[in-house]
Amino acid sequence: MRAEERSGWLLAMPYAVFLLAFVAYPIVFAVVLVFLHWDLVTSPSFAGLDNVRLLTHDGRFWRAVGNTFVFLAIHIPLQIVSALALAVALNRRLAFRAFWRAAFFLPVVISGAVVAVLWNALYATDVGLINRLLVRVGLAPVAWLTDPRTAMPAIAAMVTWKNVGFYVIIYLAGLQYIPRSAQEAIELEGATAWQRFRHLTLPLLLPQTILVLTLSTINGFQLFIEPYVMTGGGPLRRTYSIVLYLYTNAFFYQKMGYAATIGVALALMIGGVVAIQRRLLGSAEAR
Amino acid sequence: MRTLRRVALYAGLTLAALTFIYPFLWMAATTLKPPFEVGTLALIPERPTLDNYRTMWARAPFGRALLNSALVATTITAAVLVLGSMTAYAMARLRFRGRPVLQAVTLGVLLVPGQLTLIPLYTLIVQLGWIDTYAALVVPYLLNATAILMLRQFFVQIPQSLIDSARMDGMGELRILFTIFWPLAKPALAIVAIFTFMGSWNEVLWPLLVVRDQRLMTLPQLLTVFALGGGAGSMGVSLASAMVLVVPVVVAYVFLQRYFIESMAGAGIKG
Repeated sequence: MRAEERSGWLLAMPYAVFLLAFVAYPIVFAVVLVFLHWDLVTSPSFAGLDNVRLLTHDGRFWRAVGNTFVFLAIHIPLQIVSALALAVALNRRLAFRAFWRAAFFLPVVISGAVVAVLWNALYATDVGLINRLLVRVGLAPVAWLTDPRTAMPAIAAMVTWKNVGFYVIIYLAGLQYIPRSAQEAIELEGATAWQRFRHLTLPLLLPQTILVLTLSTINGFQLFIEPYVMTGGGPLRRTYSIVLYLYTNAFFYQKMGYAATIGVALALMIGGVVAIQRRLLGSAEAR
Repeated sequence: MRTLRRVALYAGLTLAALTFIYPFLWMAATTLKPPFEVGTLALIPERPTLDNYRTMWARAPFGRALLNSALVATTITAAVLVLGSMTAYAMARLRFRGRPVLQAVTLGVLLVPGQLTLIPLYTLIVQLGWIDTYAALVVPYLLNATAILMLRQFFVQIPQSLIDSARMDGMGELRILFTIFWPLAKPALAIVAIFTFMGSWNEVLWPLLVVRDQRLMTLPQLLTVFALGGGAGSMGVSLASAMVLVVPVVVAYVFLQRYFIESMAGAGIKG
């Protein structure tokens, strides 16, 4: 036992040290930073509750929060519906099934920066693919990324496109668990495909839907590279995201204490929203 | 009627698949188009040219960035595989005081949003003098909770008899891990390798914070800086720089898609 104990400790030691240095210390220091003013050049000074007070009055921060909710309001329903539809379509004996699955999953493996640059080109007002297609069928082009009304929805659509393959896989895994016998029994009772879907499939997929909801929400709060590359947070700050603001405060304004405060606020918000979602849907699941 | 439904299904799936593949084809085609053709719908340029690629290559150190990304991603993946399996092995098969705590903490790490620790990590890097070094890009990623948990789950299933007979032969724990467990764990190792490598390859926020020198930038970072800084000048050039990132990934994906899907979907669900 002593030899095993020693070996165990030796093997686990690198990770324990790593956790202390790169996880525990940063978490503690993040909270400490909330109470400091620091520009990384001069020594930090005590700030009391200045950062917190500033945050509660900071219009830019709250606009970013509002933008996030606009994003989520479009992204989440779109994500659930499209992932579910594709998964249900794929959940049967199909020719080339692996091909469809691979096609849908392709954008998931591509870097967010690349997808942002690509969609910048797709959404470009004059020479972008989407507007060219619209004009070709006789519709008017849209200033996707420069019109304040369409910028965030455009980004939400793009992020949905990027991630849908991932959620298709999640739903497919859930669909495997729905026994054929149950489906056939309902069919025999004369239910249509839609009734089957609504009363059997959908409720049984609730755990997956909760997962899609949670992960999409977290993803939405962490939005950074898309607005950074595509709009710089504009137009009129409509696509300004929380993480973009965090980054700007750290990298450009050199306000470490304030940036850390934003980080803590973000973590709390994510935790809060996810907890609420689980509470609401958890009770639905119990029913 | 059934056949009609079938046809509609295949048509719908084809249309859906096209929306995912067509943009990449159009992007590739655009990079080969001269300026007056950029923006057209054609997938085959009338006057194909490599000018966009030549411009991109001349304006920013993309070759260097490719090397940087490869170096960083490989180092991180190797470290995660080796150090991660050491930790996973200890957690799965060795009894030691504090093991339950370590396991609980590892699970807890998965709940922490990266943005919480981002700034303190950044200040730590600055204080260590690691700005604009490979160390900054690599060290914070040498170990990975998701990888450890995945490997642990696999290691738990290996029969104790194999370990017992190895120990009776006088093998030390590390030898048991690398000569017995590793060959058996190839699928799990492959899965961990893929999502770790891809995660590092695609990571852009962290490099944007800790690296300012263009010669040290990773590929997605240089792409971002290039696209934003106006260095591209035209859509053809900025898309050409995106192609440098995309092509190796797509090639690997075409051959290894099953592993990619299993790996990145599995890791995402656990994480």
